[in-house]
Amino acid sequence: MHYAIGGRQIFTGLDLTIGRGRITAIMGPSGGGKTTLLKLITGQVFADRGSVRVFGQDVATLGRRALYALRQRLGLLFQNGALLTDMDVFDNVAFPVREHSDLPETLIRKLVLTKLQAVGLRGAAHLMPAELSGGMARRVALARAIVMDPEVLMYDEPFVGLDPISLGVILRLIKQMNSALGITSIVVSHDVEELATIADESHLLLEGRIAASGTPEQLRTSGSPAVHQFMTGGAEGPVAFNYPATDLTEQLLAESDE
Amino acid sequence: MSKSIHGNYLLEGLRRLGSVALFLLQLLGQSLPALGRPGLLITQIYNAGARSLIIIMLSGLFVGMVLGLQGYDLLQRFGSEQALGIAAALGLLRELAPVITALLFAGRAGTALTSEIGLMRATDQLTAMEIMAVDPLRYVAAPRFLGGVIAMPLLTAIFSLIGLYGAQLVGVQLMGVDQGTFWSQTQGAVDLHDVSEGMVKSLVFGVACSLIAVHEGYHAEPTAEGVGLATTRTVVASSVLTLLLDYVLTAAFL
Repeated sequence: MHYAIGGRQIFTGLDLTIGRGRITAIMGPSGGGKTTLLKLITGQVFADRGSVRVFGQDVATLGRRALYALRQRLGLLFQNGALLTDMDVFDNVAFPVREHSDLPETLIRKLVLTKLQAVGLRGAAHLMPAELSGGMARRVALARAIVMDPEVLMYDEPFVGLDPISLGVILRLIKQMNSALGITSIVVSHDVEELATIADESHLLLEGRIAASGTPEQLRTSGSPAVHQFMTGGAEGPVAFNYPATDLTEQLLAESDE
Repeated sequence: MSKSIHGNYLLEGLRRLGSVALFLLQLLGQSLPALGRPGLLITQIYNAGARSLIIIMLSGLFVGMVLGLQGYDLLQRFGSEQALGIAAALGLLRELAPVITALLFAGRAGTALTSEIGLMRATDQLTAMEIMAVDPLRYVAAPRFLGGVIAMPLLTAIFSLIGLYGAQLVGVQLMGVDQGTFWSQTQGAVDLHDVSEGMVKSLVFGVACSLIAVHEGYHAEPTAEGVGLATTRTVVASSVLTLLLDYVLTAAFL
């Protein structure tokens, strides 16, 4: 599958299959197209060449109605939560249910409170999103993402900026969602350590393609220099840390001449 | 060189016009479903309409008072100050109420719409709805657009009413025009045609201002600067378009 945005190649020949009922980690450096991959899966953008198939359906060929039906089977946890700011926590979690079903309000209430309990925020149901910390907002967003019982749950950088306790809770939640509900989980992140504790399978996304796949342990012991650099966090190596630029000395001297 | 720059401006202008027109079609397509959600719609009529009431009523009162003062000064030179009621009523109903209401609406409700939707875009709320298989065009844009379209004629009517009261306040109470003459002359001269001209204008302005506000917010660059720029564009474009459309409509009605 190929994808380019504004002339910049994001994916060049990406080939990836995600197993049902497993926790799959997509790792890679920032700006490497991890979030774009989720956009391709959810049909927000489409591949230039090749195809993205979800539940056996080519996302790009679906009409609006079919695409929306497909999305109802998917859940996505946004990095910033993306809660609707004009309603409280309860209504945020209830939102997809109210939009997609005619369930009576008493049933919705039970459903929402159960999901909020699962993320430990039943007591915060009356709060507005602005009153939540970042970690709480992400847990509410998680409750919202699972309220429709999706078959696939995608997490976009779920560990960024969390304190150790929230981090542990989120990790356990991802594991629980997967083992208790059988939800296929795709976790996009660059936190190698955290992913290693939960992922069944990891893929490393480097320069628009899958550089390595396997269990976290297999990746760590990989012989490839690029994979090794990423797993151990080295600035020097095949993966460029510096944005392409002219020589520093040359640039400084040139500017002082002006 | 300058030719190609003008060409670019022209192309960009055409592109924007096309994008707004397409957006209007999409909104109209979603309007019927939006009407089926009275809760959402009423909230937006409240936001665009009820929350603009104070600014509309205050402005209406002052505009009416100025109209009373200027009208009296002008008319008494010809000894026809009894016609003050006619002048004020026709001026307000046909021209001042729809235009000034639209300008105030753009500044008060239009900016609120643009920045709200723009911020929803910037904080991924619209994308989150897309992912939850809820069309933000239907849930967010269409109710706000319709709310504005419905609120504008109501606000205009209130502006006219208060304005006329303001003109009466100055003309009759302050300047001593006979009260009976003021009202009877007004009643005699204003016919349905005048009222409908104002209402048609306000409806058209309502569509134009709400469309621009929702469009700018929906397509705002998802950054702080982008939302700010979009809000400014809403006021500028709404105001200029209102005045332009006002001329066109006036010419059509005469």
